[in-house]
Amino acid sequence: MSDKLTFHFDVDGESFVSAGQASVQVKKNLRELGLPPEVIRRVSIAMYEGEINMVIHANGGVADVDVYEDKVVIVLDDKGPGIKDVALAMQEGYSTASDQVRSLGFGAGMGLPNMKRYTDDMVIETVVGVGTKITMTIRL
Amino acid sequence: MTVKDLIEKHGFTPLSLPDPERTVSGCYIGDLLSWVMGRAKGDNVWLTIMSNVNTVAVASLSDVSLVLLAENVRPEDAVLSVAEAKGVNVAATELPLYEAALALRQDV
Ligand SMILES: Nc1ncnc2c1ncn2[C@@H]1O[C@H](COP(=O)(O)OP(=O)(O)OP(=O)(O)O)[C@@H](O)[C@H]1O
Ligand SMILES: [Mg+2]
Repeated sequence: MSDKLTFHFDVDGESFVSAGQASVQVKKNLRELGLPPEVIRRVSIAMYEGEINMVIHANGGVADVDVYEDKVVIVLDDKGPGIKDVALAMQEGYSTASDQVRSLGFGAGMGLPNMKRYTDDMVIETVVGVGTKITMTIRL
Repeated sequence: MTVKDLIEKHGFTPLSLPDPERTVSGCYIGDLLSWVMGRAKGDNVWLTIMSNVNTVAVASLSDVSLVLLAENVRPEDAVLSVAEAKGVNVAATELPLYEAALALRQDV
């Protein structure tokens, strides 16, 4: 299958202020490609939630977005602490975010559920103490 | 109704209006960013008191037409510059959230 386009980003784990930049850039790129607005919205939101999680919970990581003829695939890969109980983390309202992070509006425990909801497929590979890799697919 | 007309009609204070002709349709109220991303719809007015730079990113990604800051909350200038650059409309009102929502009721 031919790869239309790929984007790669290093997501800085230090800064909340710049957090979201990769997602905003992807949104711009997909718009230029002429993808339907609803697809762009789903990709942007799912990616933003994953990007923020890497910043808040995992000290940053890398993000790759591949645009194919029939799908968009987002891969978020970090070397953070990993997720001990994925089923628990997937529950709406579960969050280990700090008070400081909560004061910025994060920490509702809705990020992973949103990622699942806005994508057609989501796979979480995580090892405690090693890192987390999340692969999300949105079909066009 | 457009963002510009809505702001004029209610006397809201425009803070960043890079896209004034956008249509407003519906409203979502909330301060927790992931709730907004999960629930707000495109073209909604997002009524909130959360005014940091992440607000702008969320507004952009969830494609709301206007961030309306209640209780006269004012973001830092740097946040407004980002909003301008990202095409995110932001306005403020002195009304609390509930009263602001009631005021919007017929228009969105
Ligand atoms: N990349 C990650 N590395 C390690 N832990 C993670 C990662 N992503 C999520 N988690 C864990 O899963 C929990 C739930 O994540 P989720 O995104 O749903 O909520 P949140 O980030 O805490 O809050 P919100 O997304 O609503 O701002 C987090 O609180 C954290 O404990
Ligand atoms: Mg999250």
